Amino acid sequence: MINKEVPSVAEAVADIFDGATVMIGGFGEAGSPIELIHALIDQGASGLTVVNNNTGSGEVGLAALIKAGRVAKMICSYPRSMNSTVFPELYRSGKIELELVPQGTLAERIRAGGAGIPAFYTATAVGTMLADGKETREFEGQTFVMERGLKADFTLIKCRKADTYGNLIFNKTARNFAPPMAMAGAVTIVQTECVVAPGDMDPEIVVTPGIFVNRVVQVPNPQHESVLVASGVSYP
Amino acid sequence: MSANDSPIGLSREEMAQRVAMDIPDGSYVNLGIGIPELITRFVPEGREFIYHTENGLLGMGPSPAEGEGEPELINAGKRQVTAIPGASYFQHPDSFAMIRGGHLDLCVLGALQVANNGDLANWSTGGPDAIPAVGGAMDLVAGVKSVFVVTQHCTKHGEPKLVEACTYPLTGPGVVDRIYTDLAVIAVTDEGFQLVELSPGVSFDYVAERTGAPLLPIPTPSAT
Repeated sequence: MINKEVPSVAEAVADIFDGATVMIGGFGEAGSPIELIHALIDQGASGLTVVNNNTGSGEVGLAALIKAGRVAKMICSYPRSMNSTVFPELYRSGKIELELVPQGTLAERIRAGGAGIPAFYTATAVGTMLADGKETREFEGQTFVMERGLKADFTLIKCRKADTYGNLIFNKTARNFAPPMAMAGAVTIVQTECVVAPGDMDPEIVVTPGIFVNRVVQVPNPQHESVLVASGVSYP
Repeated sequence: MSANDSPIGLSREEMAQRVAMDIPDGSYVNLGIGIPELITRFVPEGREFIYHTENGLLGMGPSPAEGEGEPELINAGKRQVTAIPGASYFQHPDSFAMIRGGHLDLCVLGALQVANNGDLANWSTGGPDAIPAVGGAMDLVAGVKSVFVVTQHCTKHGEPKLVEACTYPLTGPGVVDRIYTDLAVIAVTDEGFQLVELSPGVSFDYVAERTGAPLLPIPTPSAT
């Protein structure tokens, strides 16, 4: 019998180990799995490499994980935002590593990682410092740079609705990086606002098929980063 | 925002309006943050543009009414927006396939510097204390069919933004097609900066003096 639902966020993230690569969904606060990230802070794993488009804001969610000193390296496209102070301070003092990747290249590297593609060529960043030291090749007279697929030991994402097989649908622009990250994670952990039985979700509207998902945990009323930041909340 | 610092030339709103005049009906458009965002207010009568925001929405509508926004319906600047009837949501690889696969007709971006070979610098000043952040800028300039820049002609310190060679880190080489400033519309051609149009009350010499590379006059002389 397949049932991917686990009873708590704590159990969902229990086996994330020191030094793991963890992909975390979200673009800004949209799609950020705050409750899973907070459970990861409580769990204590450190020396993590985290893949996310940004670096969080305020002192909750991803920013709180970074502030707690658990992240050795960030792979992202835009490591500063409104209310983003935790990462910039650590970065300026040399306490955290940054691999800066153009946003589309980041998305495609994750997709490739999940699809078994070790590397691909793209025109993005050719002729810029972000292509320095990378292999280039000409196709039909145009230069492209080689980028590597990206995989993770764990993926943490948020969705609107899941069934117990792990089929997922998302909410508006919160979908962003979640589907490719679900593919690229060896263990993909999903927080969902609600869980339904197989058959209760129309197969025509499933966005992420359950084969890419390992664990589903229900978080009925997820917190919103902007609300927490506006009220000055700091986690833990 | 409404006042214009320069004694002559277009306001930010007028610059956005001028760009909008050059966007064909039915275009799929990605707008950068700042002056480009103002373009949505000036869509010419009888034309329809569909706005793409790279975080995963095609058919972006205006800002929501006060109190009606949603934290998970945002644009690339992480501001709350709305979706028009007929909009679609999608994952990042699809959104950047639209950009990198050449499906978007136009992007309109701001600039730190544009060189007369079309090089664009708009993502980093390269300063030692700057946190480098690129987002989707390099994807847009590499993949979108046409790249327009809308910017003040000079920096706040009066230095030209249109230059012989960018000193800031490049976003992309040879990518800019047209530049819309408070003083003029300028095309980037094989011969360099080519004046297309002067803003009302602005002379060729006034623009040329404030341009850091040779400026070619309008090929067919007009009344000015």
